[in-house]
Amino acid sequence: MSTQTTDIRPAPRADGDALLAVRDLTVEFGARKDPFRAVDGVSFDVRPGQIVGLVGESGCGKSVTSLAIMGLLPKRGNRISGSAVFEGTDLISLSDKQMRDRRGRDVAMIFQDPLSSLNPVIPLGIQVTEVMERHRGLKRKQAMPEARDLLEKVGIPDPNRRLKDYPHQLSGGMRQRALIAMALACQPRLLIADEPTTALDVTIQAQILTLLTDLVRDSGTALIMITHDLGVVAGMCDEVNVLYAGRIVERAARHDLFADPRHPYTYGLLGSIPRLDSPRGQRLNPVPGSVADNLPWTSACAFAPRCSQPIAQCREQSPELVETDPGLDGPRLLRCFNPITKETS
Amino acid sequence: MAAMNLNRKKQRVDELAATTGARVEGNVDAGGIKDAEGVSLLASAWRRLRRNPAFLIGAVVVVLFVLVALFAPVLTGHDPSTRYLIGEVSQQNNPVPKARPGFPLGGDPVGRDLYARLVFGARNTLLVAVLATLTGFVGGLILGSLAGAFGGWVDSVVMRVVDIMLSLPSLLLAFSIAALFGRASQWSVILAVGIAQIPIFARLLRGAMMAQRHSDHVLAARSLGVKPGSIVLRHMLPNSLSPVLVQATMVVATSIIDAAALSYIGAGNADDTQPEWGQMLGQAQNLIDSYPHLAVYPAICIIVVALGFTLMGESLREALDPKSRR
Repeated sequence: MSTQTTDIRPAPRADGDALLAVRDLTVEFGARKDPFRAVDGVSFDVRPGQIVGLVGESGCGKSVTSLAIMGLLPKRGNRISGSAVFEGTDLISLSDKQMRDRRGRDVAMIFQDPLSSLNPVIPLGIQVTEVMERHRGLKRKQAMPEARDLLEKVGIPDPNRRLKDYPHQLSGGMRQRALIAMALACQPRLLIADEPTTALDVTIQAQILTLLTDLVRDSGTALIMITHDLGVVAGMCDEVNVLYAGRIVERAARHDLFADPRHPYTYGLLGSIPRLDSPRGQRLNPVPGSVADNLPWTSACAFAPRCSQPIAQCREQSPELVETDPGLDGPRLLRCFNPITKETS
Repeated sequence: MAAMNLNRKKQRVDELAATTGARVEGNVDAGGIKDAEGVSLLASAWRRLRRNPAFLIGAVVVVLFVLVALFAPVLTGHDPSTRYLIGEVSQQNNPVPKARPGFPLGGDPVGRDLYARLVFGARNTLLVAVLATLTGFVGGLILGSLAGAFGGWVDSVVMRVVDIMLSLPSLLLAFSIAALFGRASQWSVILAVGIAQIPIFARLLRGAMMAQRHSDHVLAARSLGVKPGSIVLRHMLPNSLSPVLVQATMVVATSIIDAAALSYIGAGNADDTQPEWGQMLGQAQNLIDSYPHLAVYPAICIIVVALGFTLMGESLREALDPKSRR
C-alpha cells in the first residue's frame, strides 16, 4: 500500500436500501514492494432489482472487481481491502466457508466462455441440480423436474432431452442459457455477469441479453453487468460505471451517460463504436494509445497520455471522483479536471 | 406470492410427471453419468476408435490374449506342471524333448508340455500385468489426487517423494523393491512392478488436476458454492482421468516386460508350477544356445501382447486428445 494518497475519496453515502454496497475496494497483485493495483478504491452501490454496468477496456479491473466480490480470487498473491457489504454482511471479510455457502445461493455469477464454464464430463441435468442439492438440500430426484423447468424458463427447447446431454452437444447460446439456469437455480438476489455475451454471435447475444434482463426484472434479482461493450450496456443498465485503470472515472444513469458523456474516456469509448448510420468511408475513432501509457493515479490522471484534451493539471495532480451537475435521470460522478462539455463536443 | 409460486411449481411438476415422469425419474436418477442418451466424451472417443486400424489390431491382440488366459484349460488338455515327458529327458544327449503329436511345441527341460505352459502362462502374465498396473494406478491416483487437490505443502511433499521414485529407472526401482521381499513370489513381483509405476501415474494425474484447478468450469462451479470435496471428485478428477487411463493401458505392456525382466535377473517368482512368460524366458537362458525356441516362444508372446496393449493405448491417447476431437 502506498502511504501517501493524494486522492481523497468521497465518504460512503448513507445508502440504506443498497443490496450491495462496495466501498473502497482495492485489489493488489504481485510483490509487496512493487504491487500492481488492479482495482483501486472502487465504490458503488447496487440496489435490489437494479442493473449496474461496469464498463472498461481489458485490464481496467472490472473482472477482478467481480471476482473479489465473489471471493473467488486466490488468497495467495492478492491483497484485497475495502468492503462489499451485501445485506449487512461484508463479503470481503467472510471466511472461505461462509462465502462458499453464499455463492450460488445469495450471489451467483455467469462467465464469458459458456463452453469451458461447463463441466464436459457431466450431463447438463446433473450440473444444474448440483447447485440445488448443494444449497437447498434437495435430492437429485426432487431437483430434476425443477431443473427441467429452469431449462425451459431460460429458453432451452426440449429440456427433457437436454437434461441428459453433455455440454459439447449444445450450441454456444444454449450453453450460456444453461449457465444462466445454473446461476439462477437458487434464486440469488445478486447476479454478476462477466461479459456474458463475448463468446456468442450477435443474434444470440441479443437473445441472451433479453433473457437476462427479463429474468432479473421478473425475479427482482440485481445484476452487475461487466462488459467492454458500451452498446450492450446501452440497452440494459440502469446505471453505468466506467472504469479506467482500476478506478471509476465516470458514473451516471444510462441515458445521461450516453446522451451526454463527460469524461473524455467515456466519450472516446462511445465514439469508437462503429455505427451503421455514419457516412461511408468515415474512419473509426479509437481511443489512441493503450493501457501501457498510463500514468500512476497517485500523482496524475492515469488517462492523461491518451486524453483528447489534457491540461497541465492532469499530469500534476490526481483527479477525484466528485459529484458534478446531475443528469436528467440521476446524479453523476466524474473524475476529470477538464471534462467534455456540450460545447467542446 | 410464494405460495402461488409453489402451487404453480407443483402443478408443473405434476404435469411433467404425467407426461414424462417415468422417464425422468427412472432414467435420470439411475442413469447418472453413464446415460444412454447423452453422448459422453468417452462415447465420441469410441466412435473415432472404431475406425482406427491401429486400435483394432491392438484390441484384437488384447482380446485374444484375455481369451487365451480365460480359457487356458480348454485350449490344452495338459497340465502345465506335470512332467509328462520326463522319461525323454537325459542329461547327455537330449535335455529337451522334441515336438510330437499331443505336444506341438515339445517339452521343456524337465519334461513339461511347452505349449500348455505357454497357454497357462497367459493366465499368470495377465494376472501379474493387470494387478501390477492396478497397484500403480491406485497408488498414483491416491498420491496424484492428494497433490492435485490440496496443492501447497501437501503437493510439495507428495511430489518430492514421487520425484525421488521417478529419479530411479523403473526397472531398478522394481528390482530394489522385489529384493526387499525375502522370498520372491508372484505377489512380490506384482507389488514391485506396480509400485515402480506409481510415480508416473501420480505425476500425470497431478499435472492434469493442476490444469483443471484453474479451468473455467472449476471456477464456475466454485462461483456456485460447490464444496471443495465435490469440486475435486466431480469436476477435477473425472476431467483429469483420460491421460491416466491411457497410461494404464500402456503400463500393462510395461508391466509384462518388467515382470519378465525381474524373472530374467532372478528376482522373479521362483515357483514355476504356475508358469509365467517372463519366468519361462528367464529359465530358458541357460539353454539358449542349443535350444533357442525355449526362449523364442515366450518372448514372441510377450512382444505381441505388449505391442497390442501399446497400440491400444496410443490410439486411445489420440482419440481422447481434445485437439483431435471434431
